[in-house]
Amino acid sequence: MNIPDWNTLNVGDALPTLSLPAISRATLALFAGASGDHNPIHIDSDFAKAAGMPDVFAQGMLPMAYLARLLTNWVPQSQLRQFNVRFSAMTAVGTRLHCSGIVAEKLEQGGERLAKLHLAVCDEQGTAKIKGEAVVALA
Amino acid sequence: MIDPKHIGRQLPSATFEVEKGRLRFFAKATGETRPEYLEEAAAQAAGHPSIPAPPTFVFAAELDAGTLFSLLDELQIPLGHILHGEQQFTYFAPVHAGDVLTVQSTIADIYTKRGGELEFVIKDSTVSNQHGQQVLGARSVIVVRNPSGTSP
Repeated sequence: MNIPDWNTLNVGDALPTLSLPAISRATLALFAGASGDHNPIHIDSDFAKAAGMPDVFAQGMLPMAYLARLLTNWVPQSQLRQFNVRFSAMTAVGTRLHCSGIVAEKLEQGGERLAKLHLAVCDEQGTAKIKGEAVVALA
Repeated sequence: MIDPKHIGRQLPSATFEVEKGRLRFFAKATGETRPEYLEEAAAQAAGHPSIPAPPTFVFAAELDAGTLFSLLDELQIPLGHILHGEQQFTYFAPVHAGDVLTVQSTIADIYTKRGGELEFVIKDSTVSNQHGQQVLGARSVIVVRNPSGTSP
């Protein structure tokens, strides 16, 4: 996998987007096991309703893991320096998520040529579920 | 209301072995199909010593150890009331299958908003590998919903 060239990269450039299939209950069950987050609010609709929620909803770390795939589709993982997100809305069963990122800033720090990326995970209506940023080292 | 006396408190450290089977399970659960995230031979061909742990995978370490859930239990925070507000990772060195990680976390801050309707617990973690090398830093912001707006 090639590391993007810092010199030819421009602020505003978009990363290739990543679109995911609709989130199913099976997706949530698999992610509960794989991620170690066994909070029943994500996998047991009886528990979720008793807690005042309309239904189960996705673990926040699931769309963050999708966003990580967007990043590692674009740069080798070893180039990742920082990855921060804010979870802004819950993701309901049936939602189709889209991950996107743009180059927000080019900087040099600690002898490395870096790009700061602005990231988002949105549903089909464009409502952000996650907003975040990452710093990656480029060639 | 969560007692602010817990600010600065160190949580029990968690030890976590990065297993190939768990990495494959995580890949399946997140729709990752690239061979370097699934098979050792493909990972090595891509220049890794073994299958790499994806960027958010290490979050599982303290969940497996029960560190967070024990803390919530002790602070009497119902599981149905917590939300993940923010998550931050700083990467210092790669993590691969076969690594044995140690996670050490501290409660960095506890504060309230909207008159107690929302409480925030900030947890900072340092993750090191079996060579004593720091591989990752992390910060989690945990939000507690108090629907009735409890007051002290």
